[in-house]
Amino acid sequence: MMGLNKKDTSLFVVVIVLALLAPFFLNPFPTDSSMAQFNAGYPDLMQRFVIFGIFAVGFNILFGLTGYLSFGHAAFLGVGSYAAVWIFKLLTYNVLPAIMLSVIMAGIFALLIGYVSLRRSGIYFSILTLAFAQMSFALAYSVLSNPKFNLTNGETGLQVYANDPQWLHRDSLPDLPHLFGLSMRSTYEMTVGGWSFSFNTGYYLCAVILILTFYLSIRLFRSPFGMMLRAVKSNQQRMNYTGLNSRPYTLAAFVISGMYAGLAGGLLAAMDPLAGAERMQWTASGEVVLMTILGGAGTLIGPILGAGFIKYFENIFSKINDNILHQWFAFMPDGIEDFIVAVIHPFIGKGWHLTLGLMFMMVVIFLPGGLVEGGQRLARLLRRKKSDESPSADTKPAE
Amino acid sequence: MGILEIKNVGKRFGGLQALSDVNLSVQENSVHAIIGPNGAGKSTLLNCLVGKLIPDTGSVTFQGQSLLGRHPHEINQMGVARVFQTPEIFGDLDVMENVMIPCFARRDGSFRMHAFETVMNEKELVEKAEQILIDVNMIDKRHMHSASLSRGDKRRLEMAMCLVQEPKLLLLDEPTAGMARADTNNTIDLLKEIKEKRDITMAIIEHDMHVVFSLAERITVLAQGTPLVEETPENIKGHPKVREAYLGEAQV
Repeated sequence: MMGLNKKDTSLFVVVIVLALLAPFFLNPFPTDSSMAQFNAGYPDLMQRFVIFGIFAVGFNILFGLTGYLSFGHAAFLGVGSYAAVWIFKLLTYNVLPAIMLSVIMAGIFALLIGYVSLRRSGIYFSILTLAFAQMSFALAYSVLSNPKFNLTNGETGLQVYANDPQWLHRDSLPDLPHLFGLSMRSTYEMTVGGWSFSFNTGYYLCAVILILTFYLSIRLFRSPFGMMLRAVKSNQQRMNYTGLNSRPYTLAAFVISGMYAGLAGGLLAAMDPLAGAERMQWTASGEVVLMTILGGAGTLIGPILGAGFIKYFENIFSKINDNILHQWFAFMPDGIEDFIVAVIHPFIGKGWHLTLGLMFMMVVIFLPGGLVEGGQRLARLLRRKKSDESPSADTKPAE
Repeated sequence: MGILEIKNVGKRFGGLQALSDVNLSVQENSVHAIIGPNGAGKSTLLNCLVGKLIPDTGSVTFQGQSLLGRHPHEINQMGVARVFQTPEIFGDLDVMENVMIPCFARRDGSFRMHAFETVMNEKELVEKAEQILIDVNMIDKRHMHSASLSRGDKRRLEMAMCLVQEPKLLLLDEPTAGMARADTNNTIDLLKEIKEKRDITMAIIEHDMHVVFSLAERITVLAQGTPLVEETPENIKGHPKVREAYLGEAQV
């Protein structure tokens, strides 16, 4: 289907189904049950899942295929956000031109940074990208926000004010980011029994874009271009002695992944018309590295899983507090209950980073291929069990 | 005039004069071996030919065009392929992909952004790649992960990757280093076969005299960065200067 082989097609269909039906999948618990806090199906969070999924899918094109580890991708995310908000300020609240400009700006930015950084490889490349990203952060945070030339509005963050020109804005249009009049914030709540599901316009815009960008990434992975990028990772020396110049290949991959990041940044701004410098900080760059490695670098679906996993932790795990723990362990004798809560305490709430760090360590040590490898191992185990029961079963090795 | 002309090439690394005044002419469609004891400058000379090193003095011309200052990928595009001492292949890719990459490089030059095609849809290139894998006897391994091949197979694969580009000059850097005798003989047979079937010039750097004498038509002996003798294999064997370079002054 659409130039994909059977395996990729099924993967693509899985992603389409996951993305379109996410409001159901993410709200498995009835609204007033005690498990409702594990529901992730509210618009804000769902948007984040998908936007960071796009970010990670793009990062994976660079890191997963060429092996160049960029520590500065958040810079492109930030540039995308600022570009989008400037469109909101100057032209219109329509998200389409905003997103287009963020992709273009991030692409130009990536071309400049990539051209310089890609002269080195390995750790030097990582440090160069990190340096550029921190430079961009410093520029956005202070240098470019002086009263004479206020591009980023510094600490406060760039936002739309009532006296901004918005030349193409009409009164009939919503006073919020919209797609030809359809507000990004409009949400349709569906209640079935004890469950409620929310369908948000902004989320669906992001989901459709995720599906498109995921399709693009599959095509890239399977194309001769993708093969060349894997060759860069595998053996640059042989590549050069095969008559190929690796520099334009890596630069193209860098720009493409920068544009993905810009797209993600533009979407963040489209969901919430605000762009702050902290989006460019190195922790944000580190986060996308974590997402990609956690999910499985170099695999197609890994980055999306990784992004979902981390965002879920960040938003759901961090909300569990001691009171909730006491509720859970209320059936135990008081002393033991207090003890268990005290033991778990550092790992929840604000301590969710600790849990995430431990899980990340476990994944890197035991599943170097990330969550995807975990899934594959599980599938293989199940298949083996099955084939033990019925020796005639198909035991074709995975790929 | 030969296909490859090396004139007065010198290269210095700090205090070490690795090459001095090297003159060498490789004739078209011949097999030219460069031998010499360790540290004679063989590998340095090869690196000067492929663009990895730039000689301090002298000139290197291939088919009348200077190779100096060109990048390795440009030199390869001119028709010079290189086989390394330890096989350099794309270990993360499978055998077929390993051969497809040089096919693309030959057809599309050093960079082309074909991001929306599918590798295996390029029928012509796939045919070409399969043919070369048949030639080197590896077609049944085409779906194997290339890192898991045996050393001999890796060498074959590397040769296939070079040959599929139909180079005019093939440079071989100790193609049998660290190989068992059987693998060495296989490699010799493979090289002989290649030589018979194709219009190709080969320059071989080699330690193993068995390989050299089975293949070479001309032999240049390099010692301490300068060529001592250039002769046919028959004349090299008993040459006093060669004995001296290899065994030292003492008579054995």
